[in-house]
Amino acid sequence: MTEWIDTLMQGILLGGLYSLFATGLALSFGVMRMINIAHGDFAILAAFAAIAVVEPFGLNPFVVLLVVAPLMGLFGYLLQRTILNRTLGKDILPPLLVTFGFSIIIQNLLLVTFSADTRSLNVGELGTASIALGGDLAVGVLPLIIMLAAVAVLGALQWLFSATPLGRAFRAASDDAEAAQLMGIDNRHIYGLAMGIAMAVVAIAGVFLAIRANISPADGPARLLYAFEAVIIGGLGSLWGTLAGGMILGVAQAVGLKADPGWGILAGHLAFLAVLAVRPNGLFARTRDR
Amino acid sequence: MSLLETRGVTAFYGDFQALYGIDMGVEEGETVAIIGSNGAGKSSFLRALCGLQKTAPDSVRFGGDAIGGLAAHHIVGLGLAMVPEGRRLFPSLSVEENLLVGAYSKRPGPWTLERLYALFPILGERRHNPGTALSGGQQQMVAIGRALMSNPRLLLCDEISLGLAPVVIRDIYAALPGIKAEGTSVLVVEQDVGQAMKVADRLYCFQEGRVSLAGRPGELTREQISLAYFGV
Repeated sequence: MTEWIDTLMQGILLGGLYSLFATGLALSFGVMRMINIAHGDFAILAAFAAIAVVEPFGLNPFVVLLVVAPLMGLFGYLLQRTILNRTLGKDILPPLLVTFGFSIIIQNLLLVTFSADTRSLNVGELGTASIALGGDLAVGVLPLIIMLAAVAVLGALQWLFSATPLGRAFRAASDDAEAAQLMGIDNRHIYGLAMGIAMAVVAIAGVFLAIRANISPADGPARLLYAFEAVIIGGLGSLWGTLAGGMILGVAQAVGLKADPGWGILAGHLAFLAVLAVRPNGLFARTRDR
Repeated sequence: MSLLETRGVTAFYGDFQALYGIDMGVEEGETVAIIGSNGAGKSSFLRALCGLQKTAPDSVRFGGDAIGGLAAHHIVGLGLAMVPEGRRLFPSLSVEENLLVGAYSKRPGPWTLERLYALFPILGERRHNPGTALSGGQQQMVAIGRALMSNPRLLLCDEISLGLAPVVIRDIYAALPGIKAEGTSVLVVEQDVGQAMKVADRLYCFQEGRVSLAGRPGELTREQISLAYFGV
């Protein structure tokens, strides 16, 4: 029994990380109707950027994250303004192709710069620290920090979207880009800000991933897939749904892994397919079909 | 100096020319109506004015400044707001949020939420409903209110009576004097000639992308309008 509770808890906490990956993806799709194929690769890029600074100078990864996340945000804004905005239009293919190109470029740039070796970020004792919960149960401090960070990020975004003029502008531009322009909203700027936020969040996800596990330059696409699954399970347009989607995916993987070490990732995919079969719009979808 | 003055406004959709040099104007405090049949170029003209349709810089002057071809989001800030055809409310925003998003350009002026709820009391009662959950007439009030929140000097209204019951149309047009009283000039595009004649100080009729008639409603005969409207 204790073992199963432990598995469940591991899965839920893993879901925190998945939801961080998923949030950026949900944001760019939600506001720009754009699917960023390079989403996972940008996370890995941010993680390697952090590694490049942390290793030679012996800095604390959490401190470096405070610099890497805003820098990735700025990079995201500029990327959207200079390149990605040009790909947006009635045709959904150009953004897919261009971001697919980015995915290949980033993977190969990382390969050239950092080799194919796996790397990770070391946070010292924190990486293995845990809090005893009584009985044989314990919860890792690091997964707990990641989950709390995910909840904080989602809470902040929820507030931004529901209670601020910028959030209203995001939603208006998403609903009807042309009508939004008639309200004085500069869509190109709004899209830039949305991509900036998405990139900052994905940088957090990438750095946390590198703290939790080993990463290599080719890991991006797998991360994109988990992010997709978490978004679809949770339902498009629902931020808290994204958190739930990440948790369901995490729990499914943890349970699968417990049954058989080869079953972890497959179980996640199966859970995703099951949700898709029963609730094609996701569990907490807010948006209507358009 | 006219508030709005256009000289030779043209508009193209690919190879198709929708407007062939429109000359017209709106004076400060005036209500002007543009009538014409489907495809006469009325909506294309409004789209050119508000920046959604490309046109030559000097062909549109607003408050003396050349604004032709400026980006739509920039033009709103200059005091030219549009109530688009089909209302185009934001479905994921409540009534109040739809109105607030109209104030995005932060132009100073008399229009506030309170002032709008006084003009359209039903919107105050339903402020927390999704904008698109309202009846057609109420949605039109939101669309007008949303445009007013940018405190425009000139309000463009594209077919605001389209698809609405006569009694609802009357309610919406009843708000016009209140809007004019705040010093806002109004340019309405109408297919309903009777309605246009009632509200407008001056009238333009469009036919196949050209101005086919211009004048004051009282001075135009039925035959003149019929000829300008239908071309027969």
